[in-house]
Amino acid sequence: MKKIYKIEVDCANCANLMEDAARKTSGVEAATVNFMTQKMIVEFKDGQEPKAVMQDVLKACKKVEPDCEIEL
Amino acid sequence: MNKKQKKMLARIIISAVMLIVLHFIPVTGIAEFVLYFATYLIIGYDILKKAGKGILNRQIFDENFLMSVATLGAFILAIYEQSGDYVEGIAVMLFYQIGELFQSYAVGKSRKNISALMDIRPDYANLERDGKLQKVDPDEVEIGSIIVVQPGEKVPLDGIIKEGTSTLNTSALTGESMPRDAREGDEIISGCINMTGVLKVQTTKEFGESTVSKILELVENSSSRKSKSEDFISKFAKIYTPAVCYSALALAILPPLVQMIFLNVPAQWDVWVYRALTFLVISCPCALVISIPLSFFAGIGGASKEGVLIKGSNYLETLSRAKYVVFDKTGTLTQGVFEVSGVHHNEIENEKLLEYAALAECASSHPISKSLQKAYGKEIDRNRVTDIEEISGHGIVAKVDGETVAAGNSKLMKKLNIPYQDCHSVGTIIHMAINGTYAGHIVISDIIKLHSKEAVRELKHAGVEKTVMLTGDAKSVADQVAASLGIDEVYSDLLPADKVTKVEELLNLKQDSEKLAFVGDGINDAPVLTRADIGIAMGAMGSDAAIEAADVVLMDDDPMKIAKAIKISRKCIRIVYQNITLALVIKFACLGLGAIGIANMWFAIFADVGVMIIAVLNAIRALRVHNL
Repeated sequence: MKKIYKIEVDCANCANLMEDAARKTSGVEAATVNFMTQKMIVEFKDGQEPKAVMQDVLKACKKVEPDCEIEL
Repeated sequence: MNKKQKKMLARIIISAVMLIVLHFIPVTGIAEFVLYFATYLIIGYDILKKAGKGILNRQIFDENFLMSVATLGAFILAIYEQSGDYVEGIAVMLFYQIGELFQSYAVGKSRKNISALMDIRPDYANLERDGKLQKVDPDEVEIGSIIVVQPGEKVPLDGIIKEGTSTLNTSALTGESMPRDAREGDEIISGCINMTGVLKVQTTKEFGESTVSKILELVENSSSRKSKSEDFISKFAKIYTPAVCYSALALAILPPLVQMIFLNVPAQWDVWVYRALTFLVISCPCALVISIPLSFFAGIGGASKEGVLIKGSNYLETLSRAKYVVFDKTGTLTQGVFEVSGVHHNEIENEKLLEYAALAECASSHPISKSLQKAYGKEIDRNRVTDIEEISGHGIVAKVDGETVAAGNSKLMKKLNIPYQDCHSVGTIIHMAINGTYAGHIVISDIIKLHSKEAVRELKHAGVEKTVMLTGDAKSVADQVAASLGIDEVYSDLLPADKVTKVEELLNLKQDSEKLAFVGDGINDAPVLTRADIGIAMGAMGSDAAIEAADVVLMDDDPMKIAKAIKISRKCIRIVYQNITLALVIKFACLGLGAIGIANMWFAIFADVGVMIIAVLNAIRALRVHNL
């Protein structure tokens, strides 16, 4: 399953860091962060509950970039 | 400005005012330090916090860390030297924040501008329910519903016009400013703007499958396919910041040690530590990191405004190096609308021959079959046709009224061992055989597109070395078209699979740095579009196959857009390289000057912010591609 989330991130490098962090979160199959459109596209692994996974994704992203926001 | 930016601006103003006031208030000793440090915290607390978090999370080397170390270092030096010069640390932080604010504002602004360019997303659809209009989310409209599009509104979903006539503005989709007429029975594509009349449209696709969604998805995902330059920058940033930190450390420690141990002079720790701190300030990689993706995004945004959709920055980069352009003929250089221009050597009546041809080809959607059906002009009774066998690249054999009809090119006749008459007219020749005997041939000709010749010339201007045309048509037709357009090489009589082989041969011939672009109309060219270095699909309005297979999609049929796309990519890449060069040259020059003590922290921060501003402004230039 694929979902698109609106995000807030200030710099392109931070966006890259967020992308890496999201990818490494368990339950995430693939993730792309688009800095310019301020969107995060997350593909979840089968049988995963997006809401729960996204909490972890947000936590992981906050770790690398405390300023970022993901609208869940 | 958003909330965050306003807060930042307030902090900048407060700390700047405090700095000025403190300058005129005679305080000394501890009180002086406390007041200055308070000012420092106001402007820099978030940077310190981020740096701290970074250290905790083992993401140590980033610009927050650089700035924290540099400014705190300046404070400590001031205390150590008892000079009371706290201004420097605060000022550096202040200017850094001003730079960050400007960057965030400029990027946010241009992001909005670019998004506005591509704002073809419809917000609502007027659904007709029980005679009343209801505004609903386009997502909720089911296939087959009737929607009403009023003048001035965007068409929300793909469909067929059931009632009304109007003029459509397709410029958001195609970049073409000429309005288009639409009337009952016409297909209508989402994203166009209805200009004059009220239209009732029966939807044929869901919102997610409609043209507008497909295009938006494509453009929005475009920057996730990163180019080599972007990859280079992110890799560079990963190595660069730690490298600078260690160099700064070395700069702070090694020279004083050398002075002390080998030269027997005083160590001058403060001088070298100050230089090391300056070095850290200069090294901030923001200008590079922000301006490269911004340039690409602006280029892609500008191109889509012109009706050229580029699926990613990597394709933009490849396109800029296109040296070979290979065309498919039908539908790309010619209109793909065929007309029957003659019937020759026939043993039976013209009409009868056309009738057989039209019936035999009734199942095919090939433009040639369509033109035969059109020339026949009557309703086709499919019950008269049985056993249709399509032989790819040759033609069709079918039973019409119980008689075996073969319709196709000379290869088909050879295959069936039927002697045929060659034709001297230029065009596509459909040979006909009925029950194994030759019955004559039909000449069909295609019309060259209005701008094809100009487009080929423009390509040469844009620096393309060789143009090649591939076609399944007979040699005589192909040669004539190629000669009239000024195309360098022609390969005719090709089956679809041959086109792939030909493109592969061409790919092997050229050098690695030269890229090959294939231009096709996308419906039957999908394999070649994927095989070429860069696939350009034409006239994609409504053709899903093209959007899927190609890397670049030209929204209208105009071949002139190919040269335009190449020029846009060249401009964009030029800007990217300018920014990379500018940033690197100034950074390294400043680093050098900082290391030998010529550049101080003030100089450093101005260089940093200045380069970033220039780079951002330069990147925005990539948006302006209309007059290329």
